[in-house]
Amino acid sequence: MRRVTKLAAAVTATAALALTTAACGGTSTESSGESEDKGAAIAYDVGGRGDQSFNDAAYAGLSKAEKEFGWDGEDIEPSDGESDADKASRLNELARLGYNPVIGVGFAYAGPIEEAAKKNPDVTFGLIDDETVTGDNIVNMVFSEEQGSYLAGVAAAHATETDVVGFVGGVEVPLIKKFEAGFVQGVQDTDPDIEIKRQYLTQPPNMDGFSKPDLGKEAARGQLDADADVIYHAAGLAGQGVIEAAADRDRWVIGVDSDQYEQKTLAPYKDNILTSMTKDVPDAVYNLIKSVEEDDPQSGVIRYNLEADGVALSDSNPAYQEMTELTEAVEQAKADIVAGKIEVSPTP
Amino acid sequence: MSDGGKPGVAAASGRPTTRARLDRLVLALGGPVLALGVAVLLTSAVLLLSGRSPVEPYVLMIEYAGNADIQVLIVNQATTYYIAALAVAVGFRMNLFNIGVDGQYRLAAMVAAVTGAAFSLPAPLHVLVIMAVAMLTGAFWAGIAGILKTSRGVSEVVSTIMLNAIATSIIAYLILPAQFGEQRGNNLTTGQIAESGWFPGFDTGPGGVVYGFIVVAALLGVVYWLVLNRTRFGFDLRATGASQSAAAASGVDAKRMIFTSMVISGGVAGLAGMPVLLGDSHTYSLVFPVGIGFTGITIALLGRNHPVGIAFGALLIAFLDKASATLDYSGYEKEIATIMQGLIVIAVVISYEAVRRYGLRRQQQKVGEELAAQAASAPGDTSQNLSKGASA
Repeated sequence: MRRVTKLAAAVTATAALALTTAACGGTSTESSGESEDKGAAIAYDVGGRGDQSFNDAAYAGLSKAEKEFGWDGEDIEPSDGESDADKASRLNELARLGYNPVIGVGFAYAGPIEEAAKKNPDVTFGLIDDETVTGDNIVNMVFSEEQGSYLAGVAAAHATETDVVGFVGGVEVPLIKKFEAGFVQGVQDTDPDIEIKRQYLTQPPNMDGFSKPDLGKEAARGQLDADADVIYHAAGLAGQGVIEAAADRDRWVIGVDSDQYEQKTLAPYKDNILTSMTKDVPDAVYNLIKSVEEDDPQSGVIRYNLEADGVALSDSNPAYQEMTELTEAVEQAKADIVAGKIEVSPTP
Repeated sequence: MSDGGKPGVAAASGRPTTRARLDRLVLALGGPVLALGVAVLLTSAVLLLSGRSPVEPYVLMIEYAGNADIQVLIVNQATTYYIAALAVAVGFRMNLFNIGVDGQYRLAAMVAAVTGAAFSLPAPLHVLVIMAVAMLTGAFWAGIAGILKTSRGVSEVVSTIMLNAIATSIIAYLILPAQFGEQRGNNLTTGQIAESGWFPGFDTGPGGVVYGFIVVAALLGVVYWLVLNRTRFGFDLRATGASQSAAAASGVDAKRMIFTSMVISGGVAGLAGMPVLLGDSHTYSLVFPVGIGFTGITIALLGRNHPVGIAFGALLIAFLDKASATLDYSGYEKEIATIMQGLIVIAVVISYEAVRRYGLRRQQQKVGEELAAQAASAPGDTSQNLSKGASA
């Protein structure tokens, strides 16, 4: 009899588990009349705000819009180990609360945005770094990182004295490989004899390579020991370690995403930051929000490349401006890419 | 069941009375309830210290969980957690700490996804092949730790953690386009599994689809209970877990038991990725959920390795995970739920020990009372009862 009751308990418990959903009516996505304009919302990728990388860049775009349009937007971070269903639920909830546009940062939001865009046809969804899903109310903001990285490669090839340069990638994912591909092509087109050290900090799904500066520091030291005197990093927050290591030995480092010469946290090392390959996520986000505010929402794929100044090489370091031969070569390469004379491959 | 009568007699003859069973139930529930209560109180204390309402977050979460679509999310997440926790529990019963469930389910899901996308079979067969591949992969990966433990005495804690890292690297290599992967935008996937390889779910209408795999998860729970409590193998496993030397003395091959339970744990772990793979994503990609194996450890602890306890534990953690999403919209941080999960784990460990000690004391007290009562009654009666107990 004990056996039967225990078994029965197990069965009822699991059945109850399966049936909990049957008992309830409403869903969180049902409109509750809260559809007044509350401004824009951002759903972050892994890392969230404070990653000194593209999540922060997206937030910068949002704050600019907040100041201009006078509302308080929303920005939401993901939780660890979540699935597409959780992301879709987050986007739906933001749309239901009245936010428009709703912007997903990173390709991980591709599937969820496709789903949410169908459910909320009146809301514009922004998707950064992905163009595999499309729709009338989806705006795909994609960047030609390989073009900007090509210029970084040209700059590195001109700045090196040891003829050894380095590339440090955060996590070995296709997005970061675009940085590597452009950089390598830029270096080799300038001088095929230059040796290029390449290293990735972690493999997916381990995203530490974007967040742990000590990993970047370690990798950069290895490349510096191997005589590299210019290192280009595409490693988000972990890249701070790269910058620190290069500055310690008084070698050049090339920043990424935003103009790292101007970043306050990096001020002690800024003299060694030759230039930065900037990716204009803030303006991409701001432009989208503005278009929605002006009732003329963007739609479809918007490519932010060299021509559109979506990617660029910064020149705020005076030392960089003094290297006239270098800056001329970079300008020339930029003109050639824009004119279509140079094709930059997005894969190494 | 001989309820009623003289409690002393019934207890001595090895048959629990209603009261004894109630005692056991109270003791079994006491641990988790105490832990949950302490965790809630401590979380409220944290909230108070940071100048917030100590109650509102709970209200918000419970309200949010009233929505059908959030309930579907919770149930689906609990299904995944349940399987991972069962895998951990198999090891725990054998006194093995399989921290490698995380690597085992990810590698299994990846290999199963590649296999599933490579060919197409009639519907039920296709799903079964994918599941079999997943179980075999998980079992193989855990088996390595098992062999290392039995042949070289390597602690399974160390080896499974290292195998997690190795699994990450292997997956990263295999998912490259040069091997089995396909690049889609900035994502890498293993290609879509044909529809014959999807596990049909229960459509709840506006709430969404509940993974059909929940049935498999429930069956796994039943099989887990039956094997552990109603088979020779399960007895050997529990005996070896309790004391290896004692089990060896009674003729159990301890090494074989270690290896077998590790392989079973890995096989079950292999299924942990299946609810998502067969019910939702239909491909393994860079955005496949990670870290489920570690949550499984928490839940196995919380559920005291009991299939029903684990089910409640999985639901509780899934509830905290999903319902906490609403806190961000109301000016609270959803990390409150993370704090609570951490507190629950600590509270669980402490309260289980407290309840165990209380139970022991209570038992001693009762035995003492019974002996005293028996000594007070007729001498003939007592000896009769005692001999009856000894022969039972």
